[in-house]
Amino acid sequence: MQDKLIDLQHITKSYGSSTILDDLNLYIRENEFVTLLGPSGCGKTTTLRIIGGFENPDSGSVIFQGKDITSLSPNKREVNTVFQKYALFPHMTIAENIAFGLKIHKKSTSYINDKIKYALKLVNMEGFGDRMPDSLSGGQQQRIAIARAIVNEPKVLLLDEPLGALDLKLRQDMQYELIRLKNELGITFVYVTHDQEEALTMSDTIVVMNQGYIQQIGTPTDIYNEPQNTFVADFIGDSNILEGIMIRDKLVEILGAKFDCVDTGFGDNNPVDVVIRPEDIDLIEPEKGTIEGIVTDVIFKGVHYEMCVMARGFEFVVHSTDSFSVDSRVGIHVDPFDIQIMHKPESDDEKAVEIYE
Amino acid sequence: MKKTLGHIYLTLVLIFLYAPIATLMILSFNSSKSRARFGGFTLAWYQSLFENEEVMNAFRTTIILAFLSAFIATVLGTAACTGMVAMRKRSRNIIMGITNIPMLNADIVTGVSLMLLFIAARATMGFTTVLFAHITFNIPYVILSVMPRYRELNASVYEAALDLGAKPLYAFFKVVLPDLMSAIVSGFVMSFTMSLDDFIITHFTQGPGFDTLSTKIYSEIKKGINPEMYALSTLMFLTILILLFLVNYKPWSKQSVGEIKIRTRKEIVVGSGRRGAV
Amino acid sequence: MNNKYTRYVAAPYLIWSVGFIIIPLCLVLYYAFTNADGAFTIDNVADIISYVNIKALLLSIAFSLASTLLCLLIAYPLAVVLSSVISTNSSILSLLFILPMWMNSLLRTYAWQNILERKGVINGFLTALNLPPLYIINKPPAILLGMVYDFLPFMILPVYNSVSRIDKDLINAARDLGAGYRDIFFRVIWPLSLPGVISGITMVFVPSLTTFVISDILGGGKILLIGNVIEQLFTQDSDWNAGAGLSAVLMIFIVISMVITSKYDKEDIR
Repeated sequence: MQDKLIDLQHITKSYGSSTILDDLNLYIRENEFVTLLGPSGCGKTTTLRIIGGFENPDSGSVIFQGKDITSLSPNKREVNTVFQKYALFPHMTIAENIAFGLKIHKKSTSYINDKIKYALKLVNMEGFGDRMPDSLSGGQQQRIAIARAIVNEPKVLLLDEPLGALDLKLRQDMQYELIRLKNELGITFVYVTHDQEEALTMSDTIVVMNQGYIQQIGTPTDIYNEPQNTFVADFIGDSNILEGIMIRDKLVEILGAKFDCVDTGFGDNNPVDVVIRPEDIDLIEPEKGTIEGIVTDVIFKGVHYEMCVMARGFEFVVHSTDSFSVDSRVGIHVDPFDIQIMHKPESDDEKAVEIYE
Repeated sequence: MKKTLGHIYLTLVLIFLYAPIATLMILSFNSSKSRARFGGFTLAWYQSLFENEEVMNAFRTTIILAFLSAFIATVLGTAACTGMVAMRKRSRNIIMGITNIPMLNADIVTGVSLMLLFIAARATMGFTTVLFAHITFNIPYVILSVMPRYRELNASVYEAALDLGAKPLYAFFKVVLPDLMSAIVSGFVMSFTMSLDDFIITHFTQGPGFDTLSTKIYSEIKKGINPEMYALSTLMFLTILILLFLVNYKPWSKQSVGEIKIRTRKEIVVGSGRRGAV
Repeated sequence: MNNKYTRYVAAPYLIWSVGFIIIPLCLVLYYAFTNADGAFTIDNVADIISYVNIKALLLSIAFSLASTLLCLLIAYPLAVVLSSVISTNSSILSLLFILPMWMNSLLRTYAWQNILERKGVINGFLTALNLPPLYIINKPPAILLGMVYDFLPFMILPVYNSVSRIDKDLINAARDLGAGYRDIFFRVIWPLSLPGVISGITMVFVPSLTTFVISDILGGGKILLIGNVIEQLFTQDSDWNAGAGLSAVLMIFIVISMVITSKYDKEDIR
C-alpha cells in the first residue's frame, strides 16, 4: 500500500527475561500525527527507538517507504528524533547545534545559515543563535531540539515525551506549537507520551499500548468514546467500569438492572465489561432512575461537581454541573448511546486487538 | 567483536597494573632470599616479619603517623570548613586557593619547602617534623571532601533546630555534624591512605633514625629489599582488599566509605575545582 | 551558622596554611635568590642552564611528555571501553584500576626491576616463545615504563569520569543527525571529554616531570632527571640555595600547568 510510510511487522523485543514488545504490528501513514500512549514500561519508547534505529528488534522488520530498514543504522535513516531531555550538545552554540546534521551532510555555508535562520524563526527563537544551550530554559531548549531535527528535512519526526520535563502551562503552549509545526511542515510526527490529555489534544491517531501489546488504535474521539477494553477505558479519562451481562442485542444487565444500549453482536447472556463515563451519568429523582443510589461525597472541581454515588454496592463517579448534597437519594440514568460494552479480556495479557480503521 | 576487543584491551591493562603486585606477592612466599629465582614456597617471611624489630618499628611509625596526621587534619579541616561557610565568598575563595596549592604542587617542591622551613626554624628533624608535614598535605583532602557537603547542606535544618529551641552549639553537634559525618569520614580515610603511602615529602622532612615503611623501602632498594617487606605489603594490601569488599557489600555504608575507594588525591582536585568554581 | 564569630573557627587552619604552605614557598624563593651568605643573587636560578642541569631538565621534559602521551593513549580507549562496551558493574571495574594504589608505590615500582631484568619474568616469556630477549632495565625505556605505570591511574580516572558522564542521548542524537563513528568521536565525545583529558594531562605531567624515585629505582642511578639533581642537592650536598634555585624553575612549569587546568575547569562549568 502506497499509504504506509512506516510499517512495523511482527516486532518482538526483550531485555533479558522481560519481553518489552511481543509481535507488534503497526503502520503509520504519511503526514499523520501518531501518538503512542501508555503507562511507563508499556513499550512505547522502545517502539520509537526501533523506528529511530537505536534499538534492533529481536525479530520482525521495519519497512520504510517499502524498503526494509531494520538493520540500518540511525545516521542513515530519514527520520529524526527529539529526545526526552533534549540532548543538545552542551559545548556548541544553538546555531552550531542546529547546523550539526547539515555540516555532517556537507551542506554549503550559505545553505546552513539560511536553514538556521529559518528553523529559529519556525520555533520562535530568533536571535538565540549565539547562546549556549544551558543558558536556555527547558521550553526553549525543547524548541531548539525540534529545530535541530527539522532542518534535516526528515520524512518523520520522532518525539520521545518531549514535553515531560516542562511545567503545565508551558506544556499546553507547546502542544499548540507542535500542532502548528506539524501543519506547517507537512511531515509525519510519531509522538510518545503517557499523558492522555496530550494525546487527545494533538493526535490524528492514538495507539494505546500496555505491556508490549497494542490495546487500541483509533482517532482521539474513537478512543475516548468507544474504548475497546477496560484498560483503555481506565487509562483514558475517568470512567466507571462495571461487570455486566449482555442479555441480548441492545440490552445489558448491570448490577441487576436492565439498561438499554446500542451495542450488538455480543451474543446472548454473555458476561461483558461496561464503561460509563462520569459525565454521561444523569442524576435524577430517585423514582425515575434505572437504579437508585445515595450520594456519599461531593467535590467542587470548578467546571463541574464530582460526586460519588453508592448504588447497589458499586461506587459510581459522576460529573455534573448540578450538585446534590451528601446523603441525598438520587436516581441514576444513562442514555443508551453512552453505555459502552466491551468483551471481557481472554487472558491476563489482554491480548492486543488489531483493528485499524 | 567490538565487545571482545574491549575485553581483551581491558585485560591487558589490568595485567599491566597488577603484574608488579603479583610479583611482590609471589616473592613474599619465595624461600630463596634472592629475588632472582623462585626457590620454593615458604611462609617463613611471614613468621620472621613479626620478629624483625626494624620493619615492625617502621610499620608502627607509619600507622601512628598516618592515624595522628589524619586525625588532626580532619579536626582542623572540618573546623576550617565551618568557618569558611560563614565567610564572604571572596575570602572563602582565597582560602580555597591556598588549599589547592599542596594538591597541585609537585611533591618534591612541597617536600623541600617544608624542609627549608624546618631548617630555618632550627627544628630537629624527626617524628614531629614529619607529622607536621603530613598534616599539611592531609588537610586539603579533608577540606575538599567536607566543603562540597557543607554547600549541599540544608541550612534550614540548622535553623529549624534553633527554632525548636536548641542553642547554636548544640544544634551544630546534633544536626549539622551528623549530616557531614560521611564526608568527614571520607576525608579522614583519604588522608590516612595518602599519609600511609607518602614517600617524597617524608623523605625531605625526616631525620636520622626515623623510618616509615616507604623510607625504609627506599633505603633498602640499593642493597636489596628484605623479603619480610613483601610479606608485610601483601598483608596490608589484602587487609585493604577485604575492608573494601566488606564496605562494598554493605548497602548502608555504600554512600559514606564506599565513595572513597574510587577517588584519589588528584581526582578530588578535579572534582572540587569544578564545584568550587560554581 | 552565620553567627559572626563562627568564621573564627577557621583561624587555626588559616594560621597553619600560612605557616606551612605560604611561608615555606616564600622560603624556597628566598633561598633561590640568595647565596650562602644571604646576599641577593640569580646564580642559583641561572644555574639551570649549566650543562648537567639543562640536560636533566630537558630529559625530564622529554620523559614527562612521553609518559603523558602514552598514558593518554592507554587511558582514553580504556575509558571508552569502560563506559560503553562494558555494561555491567563499571564502578567495581573502575575500582580495579585504583586498587593497585593501595600497595606501596615504591615497592610496586621496584617490582618492575624483577619483571624487566635480564633473567626476569618478561624475558622468561620471550625466550619460551623463541623471541629475542628485552634488555631495557636501567635504560630510559624502563624509566618511561615506570612513569606510565605509576601515573596511569591519574589519567584513567579523570578521563573515565568525563567520558562516562557524557549523556548517551547526545551520542544517539549525533547518530540521529547523521554522524558516523568518526564524526561522533571528533565532534561530540572528544570535545566533551576535553576537561577530563586536560586534568589528566596535568596530573601525569607534573609528577613525571619532578620524579626522582622512578629514575632511581629503574634507571640504575645512571640517568639523572631534574628531580634527582634537586634531591641530591638537598639531601647529599646540603646546598639549599642551589636546590631551591632549581625548585623555583620547576615551579614555573607547575604554575603553567595549574593555570591551564583552572582555565579548562572554568570553561567546563560555563
